[in-house]
Amino acid sequence: MLLRHTPTEIKDRSALTINPAKTCQPIGAMYAALGIHGCLPHSHGSQGCCAYHRSALTRHYKEPVSAATSSFTEGASVFGGGANLQTAIENIFTVYEPDVIAVHTTCLSETIGDDLPQMTDKAKKAGKVPAGKHVIYANTPSYVGSHVTGFSNMVKGMAKGFAVATGKKNGRVNIIPGWVEPSDMEEVKRLAALMGLDIILFPDTSGVLNGALTGEYKMFPEGGTPISDLVAAGDAIGTLALGEWCSADAARWLDTQCKVPCSVLDMPFGLKATDRFIDTLRKVGGVSVPESVAFERGQLVDLISDMHQYFYGKKVALVGDPDQVIALTEFLVSLDMKPMHIVTGTPGSKFEKRIDEITAEAGYKANVKAGGDMFLLHQWIKNEPVDLLIGNTYCKYIARDEDIPFLRFGFPILDRVGHQYFPTVGYKGGLHMLTRILDLILTRTDRDETEEKFELVY
Amino acid sequence: MASTAKKLVNWTPTDVKAEMLAKYPPKVARKRASQILVNEALGNETPEISANVRTIPGIITMRGCTYAGCKGVILGPTRDIVNITHGPIGCGFYSWLTRRNQTDASGEGDENFMPYCFSTDMQDQDIIFGGEKKLEAAIQEAYDLFHPKAIAVFATCPVGLIGDDIHAVARKMKAKFGDCNVFAFSCEGYKGVSQSAGHHIANNKIFSEVVGENDAEKPGKFKINLLGEYNIGGDGFEIDRILKKCGITNIATFSGNSTYDQFASAHKADLSAVMCHRSINYVADMLETKFGIPWIKVNFIGAKSTAKSLRKIAEYFADPELTARVEEVIAEEMPAVEEVIADVRPRTEGKKAMLFVGGSRAHHYQDLFAEMGMKTLAAGYEFAHRDDYEGRQVIPDLKVDADSRNIEEIHVEADEKRYAPRKSSEEMAKLEAAGFKFKHYDGLIPDMEHQTLIVDDLNQYEAEKLVEIVRPDIFCAGIKEKFSIQKLGVPMKQLHSYDSGGPYAGFQGAVNFYKEIDRLVNSRVWGYMKAPWQENPELSATYVWE
Repeated sequence: MLLRHTPTEIKDRSALTINPAKTCQPIGAMYAALGIHGCLPHSHGSQGCCAYHRSALTRHYKEPVSAATSSFTEGASVFGGGANLQTAIENIFTVYEPDVIAVHTTCLSETIGDDLPQMTDKAKKAGKVPAGKHVIYANTPSYVGSHVTGFSNMVKGMAKGFAVATGKKNGRVNIIPGWVEPSDMEEVKRLAALMGLDIILFPDTSGVLNGALTGEYKMFPEGGTPISDLVAAGDAIGTLALGEWCSADAARWLDTQCKVPCSVLDMPFGLKATDRFIDTLRKVGGVSVPESVAFERGQLVDLISDMHQYFYGKKVALVGDPDQVIALTEFLVSLDMKPMHIVTGTPGSKFEKRIDEITAEAGYKANVKAGGDMFLLHQWIKNEPVDLLIGNTYCKYIARDEDIPFLRFGFPILDRVGHQYFPTVGYKGGLHMLTRILDLILTRTDRDETEEKFELVY
Repeated sequence: MASTAKKLVNWTPTDVKAEMLAKYPPKVARKRASQILVNEALGNETPEISANVRTIPGIITMRGCTYAGCKGVILGPTRDIVNITHGPIGCGFYSWLTRRNQTDASGEGDENFMPYCFSTDMQDQDIIFGGEKKLEAAIQEAYDLFHPKAIAVFATCPVGLIGDDIHAVARKMKAKFGDCNVFAFSCEGYKGVSQSAGHHIANNKIFSEVVGENDAEKPGKFKINLLGEYNIGGDGFEIDRILKKCGITNIATFSGNSTYDQFASAHKADLSAVMCHRSINYVADMLETKFGIPWIKVNFIGAKSTAKSLRKIAEYFADPELTARVEEVIAEEMPAVEEVIADVRPRTEGKKAMLFVGGSRAHHYQDLFAEMGMKTLAAGYEFAHRDDYEGRQVIPDLKVDADSRNIEEIHVEADEKRYAPRKSSEEMAKLEAAGFKFKHYDGLIPDMEHQTLIVDDLNQYEAEKLVEIVRPDIFCAGIKEKFSIQKLGVPMKQLHSYDSGGPYAGFQGAVNFYKEIDRLVNSRVWGYMKAPWQENPELSATYVWE
């Protein structure tokens, strides 16, 4: 047994986190910043954070992830990192020539209280930021929230750093997709295009973190939200924020500061959440939904009805980030599956409330914890086994020990590919996810069934 | 940024260096110039390089931090210690199973905490009011849940700043438990300039808190410690297989596939064999000073180097039976190695490699490439010191600069009861006269050919320039570099994680490596960069379907 020390008996822990279901803020900020065209993320802290965050993102995407760091030494940690940041900004613009540097912080610079607005302002005044180039920032203390919080903070930092309200609306619709895969961002753009909408998607990592091999390396690939779009976001007719944890802060900032009304929705995983997304897009954009989108929806409903017997009543444990897990729980319940054990490492009582509502509607009470960890999830599974486990790569240890079919979902996925290429959002994403779930369940049946009951046709 | 448009036209190493520096602001160019060296080593003259100095902000370094060097590298591989990261969640999360230190916990009742990540997950109130109480509670909860032999605590950046006294908490809990050693490492990420400071901090504490704790006699003959071998991809397993076959007893590996008891018994060995000099030379020195155990540098990367290292160990013990057995083992193992070399060498001969790896492998792996007939054109370390480049004879000249001055140097004296010279001074003198070098490492530079490039703390910009200009057949570094190099159409081999392969140490490891490099440099994929319509000129007004 890999996790041989995990006991069945659950004791309360107040201080020790074991096998976290979250990581820290700056990696989310780094991921978000990679979704701006021509942007180099910058980590204002000691260099270990930056190395870890780049490595984790690289392992997840199998793609280059560039980011710079202030490389704090002990001296800077005591007396402030201002000089490090000035030097870094000058070196980055000279050597790497990005259009934007997006600075985030770590627990180090936050604890010592480095003043980013003042420091970035100083760099501009000292002429260290070339004409037409930009430095934006977000404070991302690692001891608050999780990587999801860091993502949200940097997305808000993009709005604050660029969006301008000229008073004249441009007829475009902002969509903040939240922390989803490049493939998901592509899918959101495809759906909006089918509906004939002119959208501003930010951040947008498609084309950045699912690139091609051509013999040429571009530190700043073609993808990413153009700066002109980020500026124009202030004149949009509305914002759809997908996911309360990931996207709502930026949308609300645009609402209060630029008078762009916003609608905060669940991430469009599964049938119902995608329905709400498409319907809201229709209303905000003042367009009608084309037959092609309705057809995709019908295909998903068709698959659910075709294979319902294999979903029905199956117990599921799932762990991940709140926006994703909420939408996924709803999707599973809509298939008449039973999400039983649900954990997110990211704090927030709204999470538990939403999950309770979703499962109560299905007629049962799930184990749910926000700010929980995978050690607890594993103990719950030991006490009440499940038919399917959904979560990031770290769940493979639980899946192997408990012999549970395992669907890789969320961040990070370190040991498989596909997440960067095939969407999980929208109706197409729903189809893709269901085929994977069915494959897991039926492969298990094929493995376990007796020879006389072994079936050719499902 | 870069493209491969510029084709190389007989660049000299000096030109390459100049091109790497051309774009830098003057201050950066001056500093980098002292860390990039065209190897002009002749005879005993080794040129001087600047190393172990602070990283240039914004340069996109490959380096990590002190915590990574301490918790991630040295203590991470030990399976029966509960390692608690005291800090916000990230540091613990990122060092959770991401280094491939394999461990064999298959014995009855064996403990294995390596698949777990333990953290105090500090919150803002812990930053404001201090995290000592939470740390104490976390240690208690770990003890109650697991009853481990030992609990280790690792500081992260904010811990030093807010003034949590982790050592006081550790002492208190150790006294309270009685049957569980609790110790702490002040390995805040901002200390020193790289992972290297973390190695030193780990060496100090593991030596002062654990080494020598178990005085029970260990069975076996020809007892050695294998220092600085972390069992990535099973390297340590392969070395242990060979040692066992030779009849050599490995008391303690620091720290691949290790246990608490191995550390506690390390003073029972009669020789320390050092693989990774950078990370563990401190323990090697302290074992000698306190207990009288001499150390030698060995290298089990490369089949010939493995044979040479085994002979060196046998020569030290000066036992005819051991010497004969070592020769038998080499004779048994080499045919399989030579068979694979004969197969791959026609396809690898003359190919060019570049190696930029942590603090040790950029040197060791050159032996493997040489066995395949491949040349190393450029190499360097992320965080090695001048002695790893130039050899330990420069140590007296090393200046500890302001950034590393606060890394603790602990003073060790000979143990009154347990110090015992393993060899008489006459025996030592005789071995030295026969060319035996104790407590010495020659470094990377003397082993590299004339006019090769040596680059310390290589950054992203320089890596790209090197690859564009020189077009090596293979580039070796880590995960952060892998995919940008491959985008340029150049095969890239990770020499930290081995790209989930390995082992590469010892005889069987060498075979694995030859095959892997053959696969990489001769893969068909590198021929697919251009689509057919990109390679052929445009047609005009003709149909040519035949």
